[in-house]
Amino acid sequence: MILHTVNKSPFSQNTLRSCLRVVSNEDSVVLIEDGVYAALDDSSCSELIKNALQRVAVYSLLPDLKARGIEQRIIHGIQTIDYNDFVSLTEKHARVQSWF
Amino acid sequence: MKKFLFVTRHAPYGTSFGKEGLDAVLMGSAFVPVTLLFMDDGVLQLKKDQRAASLNIKDYSPTFAALNDYDVKDIYVSADCLKERGLSAQDLVIPVAVIDDDGIRDLMKKQDVILSF
Amino acid sequence: MIYSLAVYGPPYTYQASDTAFHFAEALLAKGHELHRVFFYHDGVYNGTRLSVPPQDEINIPARWSELAGKHEVDLVICVASALRRGVLNATEAERYELDSDNMGTAFNLSGLGQLIDAGIHSDRLITFGA
Repeated sequence: MILHTVNKSPFSQNTLRSCLRVVSNEDSVVLIEDGVYAALDDSSCSELIKNALQRVAVYSLLPDLKARGIEQRIIHGIQTIDYNDFVSLTEKHARVQSWF
Repeated sequence: MKKFLFVTRHAPYGTSFGKEGLDAVLMGSAFVPVTLLFMDDGVLQLKKDQRAASLNIKDYSPTFAALNDYDVKDIYVSADCLKERGLSAQDLVIPVAVIDDDGIRDLMKKQDVILSF
Repeated sequence: MIYSLAVYGPPYTYQASDTAFHFAEALLAKGHELHRVFFYHDGVYNGTRLSVPPQDEINIPARWSELAGKHEVDLVICVASALRRGVLNATEAERYELDSDNMGTAFNLSGLGQLIDAGIHSDRLITFGA
């Protein structure tokens, strides 16, 4: 199991798209930094995450969502986490692949 | 012995990720089994006919040919990422294994440590 | 578990160093060990001791130093990346006959082998890219 972190906005880079191409069903994805903009509902990129949620768990770092004023606007099914939860996810996944 | 995968996703020259990533690969090869994966703009690192001299900077492209001497033989390139950029394996500076997304997925599963550049 | 982190981003310009720091604090709070933080690429700028942010902002390099002092973390500045970018300790400044140095004493200038070593000897090696 691999934990994938994504820190770039899907509106400016293909980082998330590349990640989702190769993510396995048992893996998990964590949106961090500008990567959390992928969590926005009703956006031109929402389908990326909505499709991904059919097969993988997607998490988003709450401090990054709050800092950007979008924590109330996120796609249903994304789980919001704090840093403590982020560490827990790295305990459960043997490897971490950073997409930046 | 832990297996290391080095993933390169950035183009040469615009940023130094590729060059400094290659330095890390060479260092890693002295201690652990190393596998390389080039995807996204990272496939452009391997484009033939690079002439860094035109920018007055050191050309590290020939270093890829030396990887064999460092016993780095597992070098993979994303088929889709090559195709998206209008390239094929013949355009690359070294022989590589071209793999699809399923192949990349399996490759990542087999590693103990993943370092990305 | 034993963790090591790799930080590629400079302070202030990118969030990478900040994210890595919060992650470091969280893993230590959970009782894990933080073996090493390896600063690579522009991440080497985290090693300066001459950062002077406005009073209402955090001193990111100093914050790493304090964390290392408290938890015995090996803060490694990649020497090849650092020399190119003008981040030097007193020894290197003397070697290259330069008029000053700028690295914090909590940081260690060392080679890329320390990154590989961190991967070998840690249960988790996590990259914070810029």
